[in-house]
Amino acid sequence: MRWNSTNTTLIGLAGIGAVIGFGLLFTFERLPIDTVQGGFRGTSMGQVINPRTAAVMAARNVAPPVPEAADPGGDRASAVFENVQVLGHLSVEQFNRIMQVMTEWIYPNENIAEGCNGCHVPGNFASDDIYTKHVARRMLQMTMSLNGTWQTHTGEVGVTCYTCHRGNAVPAYVWSAPVPNTAGGGFAAVASGEQNRPGRNVGLASLPNDPFTPYLMGNEEIRMQGRDQHPRAESRQSIQQTEWNYGLMMHMSTSLGVNCTFCHNSRAFSNWDESPPQRLTAWHGIRMVRDINTNYIEPLRERFPANRLGPMGDTLKVNCTTCHQGAYEPLYGAPMRVNYPELLPAPQRRAEGPRQN
Amino acid sequence: MALEYQYLFTRIQVRGPHYKGLPLPAGDDTRTNDGGFSHLLGKIGDAQFGPFYLGTYGVLALFFGFIAFEIIGLNMLASVNWNPMLFVRDLFWLSLDPPLPQHGLKIFMPLAEGGWWLLAGFSLTLSLLLWWARSYARARSLGLGTHTSWAFAAALWLFLVLGFIRPVFMGNWSEAVPFGIFSHLDWTAAFSIRYGNLFYNPFHALSIVFLYGSVLLFAMHGATILAVGRFGGEREVEQAYDRGTAMERAGLFWRWTMGFNATSESIHRWAWWFAVLTPITGGIGILVTGTLVDNWYLWAMDRGFVAAYPPIATPDPYLTGAGR
Ligand code: HEC
Ligand code: HEC
Ligand code: HEC
Ligand code: HEC
Repeated sequence: MRWNSTNTTLIGLAGIGAVIGFGLLFTFERLPIDTVQGGFRGTSMGQVINPRTAAVMAARNVAPPVPEAADPGGDRASAVFENVQVLGHLSVEQFNRIMQVMTEWIYPNENIAEGCNGCHVPGNFASDDIYTKHVARRMLQMTMSLNGTWQTHTGEVGVTCYTCHRGNAVPAYVWSAPVPNTAGGGFAAVASGEQNRPGRNVGLASLPNDPFTPYLMGNEEIRMQGRDQHPRAESRQSIQQTEWNYGLMMHMSTSLGVNCTFCHNSRAFSNWDESPPQRLTAWHGIRMVRDINTNYIEPLRERFPANRLGPMGDTLKVNCTTCHQGAYEPLYGAPMRVNYPELLPAPQRRAEGPRQN
Repeated sequence: MALEYQYLFTRIQVRGPHYKGLPLPAGDDTRTNDGGFSHLLGKIGDAQFGPFYLGTYGVLALFFGFIAFEIIGLNMLASVNWNPMLFVRDLFWLSLDPPLPQHGLKIFMPLAEGGWWLLAGFSLTLSLLLWWARSYARARSLGLGTHTSWAFAAALWLFLVLGFIRPVFMGNWSEAVPFGIFSHLDWTAAFSIRYGNLFYNPFHALSIVFLYGSVLLFAMHGATILAVGRFGGEREVEQAYDRGTAMERAGLFWRWTMGFNATSESIHRWAWWFAVLTPITGGIGILVTGTLVDNWYLWAMDRGFVAAYPPIATPDPYLTGAGR
C-alpha cells in the first residue's frame, strides 16, 4: 500500500501523542491536589499535598497505643535493683513500664532472642554481658538529651525510642559511609565523590549522594551564598560545594515530605528575615543530628557486631529520615514527651550520669 | 475545505534531476557522494540529499568531535564498571565532571580528577571552532553572506564563556559545566543558587526576552507563511506585492491586527538578531556572575528592583547566638 498523506499525518499525530503521553506518565499526578499557602501572598511558598499520598502516609505513621501512666511515687529503682545507672531516679513502677514499652518498640517479636532477651542475658537482668544493653543505656541517655538539651528541635512533641525504631532492632532509615566507586580503577573520572548516579538520598538527582558525612557527622559549613553583592576575598565557595549543600537540602526536603519553601523563600535562600520559623527548627535539627552521630552512636562502634555495621565498618547512623520518615513532624506530631515522662532528663543528679560507651 | 491546508508533512514532492550544485572555486576539495533522493526526507524538507562536502575543516572537526565524544562516553562507561546495562539505565545521570576546585587553573592534573574533562573540553572546543571555520568557508565558496557563521559564533561565545573564559577569570576550572545530562542541569541550578539567584541578573533577563522573542517571531513568521500556503505564498518571488497576491494578504493581515508589518526580508533580520542576542546577552550575564557580582539578590536589593515583602523575621541563629 502506498502511504497517502492522511495516513502519514495520522501517524505523525499518534507519534506526538505518544511522546506527550510518555512524559505525562512520569510527571502527572492525578487531580485534585491541595496546596497550602505559606508565606506572604505572591511569594508562592505553598506546600503541595496529594491527599491520596497523605492518607497512605498518615496510616504509615501512627504512634502505638500509650500504656497506662505509672505511679511516680514509691521506691526508687536505684534502691531496688542492682545495676541501674541511668534510670535510677524512676519509681519501680515507671521503671517496669519503660522496660515493657522498650521491648514493644525494639524487640517485639516472639522468639528466643527478642522480648526482654533482646537486651538481657536470660535469667539475669542485672548482667551487662550483652552488647545491646550497653547500647540501650546509651540510647536512653541520648533520648533524654533529645528531650532536654535538644528541645530547641524536638519541642513539645518530644522523642521516644519508637520515633526511630518503630518495632525494629535497627531503625529502617539509617546511613553509613558509602563504598567508594573505584570502578574506573583510578583512571577514569569518578573522583568527585559519589555523584552522578540516581541518588536515593538526594531525591534521585545526580547530586553528591552522601551529604551526611560532611554535614551530619562532620560540621562542614553549609552556607555558601555570597554575603555581599560583590565578590570578596573570602567568598570563594565553589560550585561543587554548592552541589553538596544542594544534596543536603534535597535530603532534608524529601525526608520531611516538603519542598524548599517550607523553610525558605526561594528567591533568597540565605535570607533569614524571609524564612519561615521552620528553618530555625531545622537549623537546630542539623546540630542535633551531628550530636547524635558523633557523641552517641559512632562511639559505640566497638560494641556492635559486624552485622550491625555498614560496609565500611562504621555504625549505622541517623539522618533526618530516621525520625521524620516523610512527615514534617515525626508521627505527625503524636505527643511523646507528655506520654513518656520516664524518658525526660532526670531531675538534677542526671548531670553527672555515666557516659558508658 | 479548511482541513485541506492543515498538514504536518510536505504533500507534493517536486523532483528534478539530481543537482550537484555550482562549480567550486579553485583550491577547494571536490564534493563527495552524489547522494540521491529520499521520499521520507522529502516529507519534511528537500527530497534530494547530497552531495556532501567534507574538506579539511570538516574532517578535522569530526575527528576532534569524535575524540571528545569518546572521552566523555568511555568515562561514563568506566564509572559504571563497564556495565552496558547500567550505562543505559543511568545514562541521564552519568557525567564527566570538571576538575576538582583544588586544582585551580592547572593544565596538568590526575586524569581522574579533571584531566579527562580538560582533554574532552579541549577537543570539543577545537571541533566546534573548526566547524565554525567550515561554515564560514562553505558560505564564502558559494558566494553567500556569512550570517550563519556569525549566528553560530554567538552560540560559541556562550559555550566559551561557560567552559573557558569565565573559569579563567575566576581562576578555577571547577567553575565550568560538567558533561552530562542531569549533571549539567544540576550545575545550572547550583550556579543560580551559589550566586544568589540568577533571576535578578539583568543580562539573564535580557537573554530570556530575546529567547521568548525568538519563539514569538518564529511562531508569527511560520504561521504567516503557512497561512498563505493556500495561495502558493511560500513560492512567491520575494516582495511580490501585487494586489491580491499571497504576500500582500500576509502583510495586510498584520496591518489589520497590529497596524504594522515586517517585510519578507526584514522578518528574517528580526529573527536573526533576536536569536543571536539570546546567547550574546546570556553569555555576558554568565561572565559577570562571580567575577563582578557575587549575590544577585543583594545586588538587585541595592538597586531597588526586588519587591519588598513583610519580613517573617526568623532570627539567624549565628547572629543571635541561639545555637551552641
Ligand atoms: C531495649 C533494651 C531492653 C529491653 C528490651 C529490656 N530491658 Fe531491662 N534493662 C535495659 C537496660 C539498659 C537496663 C539498665 C538500666 C540502667 O542502667 O539504668 C535494664 C535493666 C533492667 C532491670 C534491672 C536489673 C538490675 O537488677 O539491675 C530489670 C529488672 C529489667 N531491666 C527488666 C526487664 C524486663 C522484665 C524486660 C522485658 C519486659 C526488659 N527489661 C527489657 C534494657 C532493656
Ligand atoms: C530525633 C528525631 C528527629 C530527628 C533526627 C530530626 N527531627 Fe525534626 N523534628 C523532630 C520532632 C520530634 C519534631 C516536632 C517538634 C515540634 O513540633 O515541637 C520535629 C520538627 C521538625 C521541624 C518543624 C516542623 C514544623 O511543622 O514546625 C523541622 C523543620 C524539622 N524537624 C527538620 C528536621 C531536619 C532538617 C532534620 C535533619 C537534619 C530533622 N528534623 C531531624 C524530631 C527529629
Ligand atoms: C535518633 C534515633 C534513635 C533513637 C531515638 C533511639 N535509637 Fe536505638 N538505634 C538507633 C540507630 C541508628 C541504631 C543502629 C546503630 C547500628 O546498628 O550501628 C540503634 C540501635 C539500637 C540498639 C541495638 C540494636 C541491635 O539489635 O543491634 C538498641 C538495643 C537500641 N538502639 C535501643 C534504643 C532504645 C532503648 C531507645 C530509646 C530509649 C533508642 N534506641 C532510641 C537510633 C535511635
Ligand atoms: C527543613 C528546612 C529546610 C528545607 C526543606 C530546605 N532548607 Fe535550605 N537551609 C535550611 C537551613 C536550616 C539552612 C542553614 C544551615 C546552616 O546555616 O547551617 C539552609 C541553608 C540553605 C542554603 C544556604 C544559604 C546560605 O546562607 O548560603 C541554600 C542555598 C539552601 N538552603 C537551599 C535549599 C534548597 C534548594 C532547598 C530545596 C531543595 C532547601 N534549601 C530546603 C533549611 C531548609
